[in-house]
Amino acid sequence: MPTTAPAALAFADVTASDSALRRFLHGLPGVDAVGLEARAASLGTRSIKTTAKAYAIDLAISMIDLTTLEGADTPGKVRALAAKAVNPDPTDRTTPTTAAVCVYPDMVAAAKAALAGSDVKVASVATAFPAGRAALPVKLADTADAIAAGADEIDMVIDRGAFLAGRYLEVYEQIAAIRAECGDRARLKVIFETGELSTYDNIRRASWLGMMAGADFIKTSTGKVAVNATPANTLLMLEAVRDFRAQTGVQIGVKPAGGIRNTKEAIKFLVLVNETVGEDWLDNHWFRFGASSLLNDLLMQRQKLATGRYSGPDYVTVD
Amino acid sequence: MSDANRLSVFKTYKLYVGGKFPRSESGRVYEVTDSKGKWLANAPLSSRKDARDAVVAARKAFGGWAGATAYNRGQILYRVAEMLEGRKGQFVHEVADAEGLSRNKAAVLVEAAIDRWVWYAGWTDKIAQVTGGANPVAGPYFNLSTPEPTGVVTVLAPQDSSFLGLVSVIAPVIATGNTAVVVASERAPLPALSLGEVLATSDLPGGVVNILSGKASEMGPHLAAHQDVNAIDLTGASDDDLARELEIAAADNLKRVLRRRTEDFAESPGTDRMTAFLETKTVWHPTGSLGASGSSY
Repeated sequence: MPTTAPAALAFADVTASDSALRRFLHGLPGVDAVGLEARAASLGTRSIKTTAKAYAIDLAISMIDLTTLEGADTPGKVRALAAKAVNPDPTDRTTPTTAAVCVYPDMVAAAKAALAGSDVKVASVATAFPAGRAALPVKLADTADAIAAGADEIDMVIDRGAFLAGRYLEVYEQIAAIRAECGDRARLKVIFETGELSTYDNIRRASWLGMMAGADFIKTSTGKVAVNATPANTLLMLEAVRDFRAQTGVQIGVKPAGGIRNTKEAIKFLVLVNETVGEDWLDNHWFRFGASSLLNDLLMQRQKLATGRYSGPDYVTVD
Repeated sequence: MSDANRLSVFKTYKLYVGGKFPRSESGRVYEVTDSKGKWLANAPLSSRKDARDAVVAARKAFGGWAGATAYNRGQILYRVAEMLEGRKGQFVHEVADAEGLSRNKAAVLVEAAIDRWVWYAGWTDKIAQVTGGANPVAGPYFNLSTPEPTGVVTVLAPQDSSFLGLVSVIAPVIATGNTAVVVASERAPLPALSLGEVLATSDLPGGVVNILSGKASEMGPHLAAHQDVNAIDLTGASDDDLARELEIAAADNLKRVLRRRTEDFAESPGTDRMTAFLETKTVWHPTGSLGASGSSY
């Protein structure tokens, strides 16, 4: 993977100055909020049953970034989470593994050791997560630290303060700097914290800003604020990656995170993906769920499909 | 306003699940008639998904209800009796229609049902003295047995006794701290659905009792096989074949089963129904005087 994304070259003139970038971002078409929410809601009414449901459940499990981002995280908890990521349902070995385990930078080494020999990736949040309120050298050091410990993926947060104040070039340059730090050693996910961006127009602008600066993934939220991933804001970001690929040929992944707790909701998101960007994104290289409790519900539904009996929380792990 | 011109205001009977009043997820209803076949109302025809949702609600409510003090549970059950007393007229009306009784005979049944709530309310903080105790052991230990609630209990309510029977199977289950998923009498579900409205206004936490109307033969197998249900009361299973099928399904996760039997609910109930859904927990504890070392441990 090149250190400077090819897309960055295509937008060299747009990102040449703060005013040019502002002109470009504010020139993006406005979002029809009512239409967006209606579209997201109508796609959520699809009925997914039997074999399609079984496929969707396995796909959703394989797309999970199993996450623990608590102040109380211990190496033991991370090891337990890693064991669950590799073998989500010990009673059924046909269950797919999750895509990744997502932890704080200081837990990357513990996660990496616990996941040795498996295909499960280690994702690390970085850049003064979740607030992002630190100087750039601190953010770069945070990122370098996580990568040195073995992180395969970096989940960075943007500086929402700068974004909301209109200093778009500053946000762009920070993302580009972290992108350069990741190099070809780690994929970069850029978290916008959509719950703090106030408007759908801002989410669209942030999406383009992140993609132009070289994000491999754009991610809705940290899971630390009141409003996290919703069908509407995820649909908006999916439209942005669709349009970006049409314009530049570069495919970008999407990761809704926070607030997706049960199978029904997860399947609604998969419908959004299929109907908006198509099968190219129905793969855990291009679409992820940032979640923890979602996995248990998916496993209980999987057990129900396999045995015909409703399962219960006694038959999955407590975490 | 003149009576002749007034339009009837029919009641929409709904389920009672998790403290809310949803319609059936399936959107289905069925006609409920009185004992002579005259139409009374449409009741929701619950599906297995309604049953699943009810189990989730009951499981969610279990920790809080089982953890409440026995005294507090007694207060709440007594409150249910108070609320029933205030709406006695409605229940007399519904029971009379459902069972084809005169108003006076129905009133006797409703009053007996209210008295039964009071009776079970009194038992909440006394059952531990009856079924628990201090056991003599050969060592310097206290050895104490206490009754613990089993968990989520599925109750197939009696088919014939639409209110007194219903109360007689629900009250003992929740008095001891279990939560209940109740499948009401298929033929006469209206008193049960109205009971939901009483429970919702009685300080009873949402989800402790969940009331479904529909076919026991449709929901029963799913509830009996449900891995997150801890016990099942087969009183209202429509026939022996169904009861047998449900017992077999229930064995899979070692549910406690109260077998199908005929019962006269007018008689004094005894403690059988309470103890059917209790488990005994025994703890050992050093007495504290272990001699010269001065240590209890």
